[in-house]
Amino acid sequence: MRTLPRRLAVAVIVAVIVAFLSIKLNAFRDYQIAEIAIEVTAVAGLTMLTGLSGQISLGNGAFMAIGAYTTALLLMHLNWPFYLVLVIAAAVTAAAGAVVGIAAARLHGPYLAGATLLLGVALPSLALAYAGAFGGDQGLNVVFTVPAFLGVNFPLTRWQAWVSALVALIVLVLLANLDRSRIGRNWRAVRDNEVAATLDGINVAAARVRAFVVSAACAGLAGALLAIVTGLVAPGGFTLTLSIALLTAAVIGGLGSLPGALWGSLVIVLVPTYVTDVATSHGLSSTVGSNIPIVAYGVLLILVMLVFPNGIQGGLLRLVSAFLGPDPKSRIRRTAPAPHVTPSADEAPASQHEKEGTS
Amino acid sequence: MKKSQRIRWQAVAIMTSALLGVAACSSSSSSSSSSSSAGSSSAALTASAPGITPTTITIGSHQPLTGPAAPGYSEIAPASSAYFAYVNANGGVYGRKIVYKYLDDGYDPTKTASVVRQLVLQDNIYALFNGLGTPTHLAAVSFLNAEKVPDVFVASGCECWNAPSTYPETFGWQLDYISEGKILGQYIAQHFKGKKVGFFYQNDEFGQDGVKGLDYEIPSSMVVSKQSYVDTNVNIAPQVAALKASGAQVVVSFSIPAFTALLKLDSLKLGYNPTLAVSDVGSDPITLSGLLESFAKQGGATVNGDQLTNGIITDEYLPALSSSDSWYTLFKKIHDQYEPKAPLDGNFFYGMSVAYTFVQAMFKAGRNPTRQDLITAIEGGLPQGPMVAPFAYSSSDHLGVTGAYMGIIQNGVVMPQGSVLTTDTTATGPITTYSGSEEQAPASGIPSASS
Repeated sequence: MRTLPRRLAVAVIVAVIVAFLSIKLNAFRDYQIAEIAIEVTAVAGLTMLTGLSGQISLGNGAFMAIGAYTTALLLMHLNWPFYLVLVIAAAVTAAAGAVVGIAAARLHGPYLAGATLLLGVALPSLALAYAGAFGGDQGLNVVFTVPAFLGVNFPLTRWQAWVSALVALIVLVLLANLDRSRIGRNWRAVRDNEVAATLDGINVAAARVRAFVVSAACAGLAGALLAIVTGLVAPGGFTLTLSIALLTAAVIGGLGSLPGALWGSLVIVLVPTYVTDVATSHGLSSTVGSNIPIVAYGVLLILVMLVFPNGIQGGLLRLVSAFLGPDPKSRIRRTAPAPHVTPSADEAPASQHEKEGTS
Repeated sequence: MKKSQRIRWQAVAIMTSALLGVAACSSSSSSSSSSSSAGSSSAALTASAPGITPTTITIGSHQPLTGPAAPGYSEIAPASSAYFAYVNANGGVYGRKIVYKYLDDGYDPTKTASVVRQLVLQDNIYALFNGLGTPTHLAAVSFLNAEKVPDVFVASGCECWNAPSTYPETFGWQLDYISEGKILGQYIAQHFKGKKVGFFYQNDEFGQDGVKGLDYEIPSSMVVSKQSYVDTNVNIAPQVAALKASGAQVVVSFSIPAFTALLKLDSLKLGYNPTLAVSDVGSDPITLSGLLESFAKQGGATVNGDQLTNGIITDEYLPALSSSDSWYTLFKKIHDQYEPKAPLDGNFFYGMSVAYTFVQAMFKAGRNPTRQDLITAIEGGLPQGPMVAPFAYSSSDHLGVTGAYMGIIQNGVVMPQGSVLTTDTTATGPITTYSGSEEQAPASGIPSASS
């Protein structure tokens, strides 16, 4: 529990840096900060689900759609205050996550991936089937303005960046706590060996469903943020590509690692823009140039997997330990799908003490 | 455990700040490059508006260079670019060179929102030019108007761009889909009396506007089935089967090229061969022929694309691709010089024509234009240029061209049928024969400043 104030302090420092950057940088960078924050929120939830509880999901884009449409509909018809809408969007998506989780808890590996894939493909199509309520292909417009107390000249993109970054930070702090709580330890235990976890008295099914609920709530929040930042909620924005991009970000960053979620999100958001700029500035023909970001994305994914099998976060920790000598705490263990970690919650700290002793 | 967490969080803090530092550095590197060019006459050229320097005019666009709408449409922006390169090499606009930056949105509205913000907030464009697609551009239109960026000649015939009070910065260009539906509909009603008609349309403003126009002209007693598709789902077999089951002898299609091709191929598979009438945006014969051949190849069959497009009825608001036309001669010359590898088809013609209209508007906006000057210039009306019918631009009408002629595709070319027809978007607005003549392409290939 004493770690909580420290995490809050880190979060506050990051918040101050983001606020500072958002004022210093141009408006498009503000927009990118918001985009990154949205991505981080969704990827952090997914990396908990896949990295810690060991369940793969190709349907988190659909959860984002639920959050986004909930937000759009509430703001449009009821005009509720935004913070309330955020909470409701998270709650609605969490409920959807529970339903999916209950079904998914019975499935493993590729079967689970298949079932969540179905969700990712089918759900956004509901917006087309019920065009009256969801606006069909056009989607719904979302009106989001700067609150009056900031004055009329406060840039909207900066306000969007602030809101998104704040939500992302809160999510990260909460997830970091969850990660180190009994719930997080149970997830790891379930991931590594279900039988052993059951023998330790862990309710495996409940732990798996819980992971889905948490990850869905995060995706719902991300969807809500996406709605207010882009000002539009349309099915075209929630295709399967989005779900796969989320999973890619989690893998590139380092599965199960929250800092990894940040690295992965940075890659997903910034690399395409950067590569496009480079491609166009070198005067490539548009048929070649327009496909370069897709190629770069693929190459990057392959490289990261070859060089850093544990993602960017795993690679960074390895580099750090290479420079500073073997890390006494051997932190890599946390991101790697451990060779064989004792699943028991009580033994984990003990094993760490042992390693501390050897250094 | 506590110690380890401290290290972990210190690492996070360090990495975060390092990362933010990188972000800060990268932001300062965006500045527009300028090239020197000799201003020709009196008043000095100034940086009169965002995106305008004494030597350049920077404009931007969002285009589907990848994704479902890319086949065909991805040729448009390079064609516009080629025309701008021609203008730049021949004196530019009052000596300024046009810098055209178009970004790929993959026909995904979320991505459109992002790239348009990049163009406006970072690349500091003077105007957004020819943003392509109805669902995509809808994700950008509010933002552009809030930022007061001219949003000119949207590459979509949605009636939604014609809202001068809510979207004062936005202008359409091509024939709107309602008018198109009316002109197509009248032709069908006159030439296929007593036949059964089916509709096939993209389920968004594009297709729905088109159907609205068709319904104004085709008596509902003739219409036996209305089927729609969404551009994210290429399986249209059920819709085609329903059209066949309804016994429709004529199918009118408001579809993008890829789905026109799928409609044709799926019909063939079912041994169903109705007369096809396809709206302008989905009927370019060269694009269609290429798509038909490549789709058939994917399915393991060989077809002759030109043969399959034979007999498709369509409408067209640009002159026919024939060597006797002055615009064709001009655009072919520019094509051969600047973009020789691109197919010289309707999409290329479209990109050239819309670029021509833009250059015309920029000349009219004056030597040192503000953004408002461009809006005022367009609202004052523009000569029709390559279009077959006049523009209707005014302070209360932001739609674009007002008419088209009917045509039938034969051997990969649209053969005009009858004269140019003009109309409006209302249910009762008459469809009249346009009596004016086509404008001839200027010898220089560049619109003159005085017109």
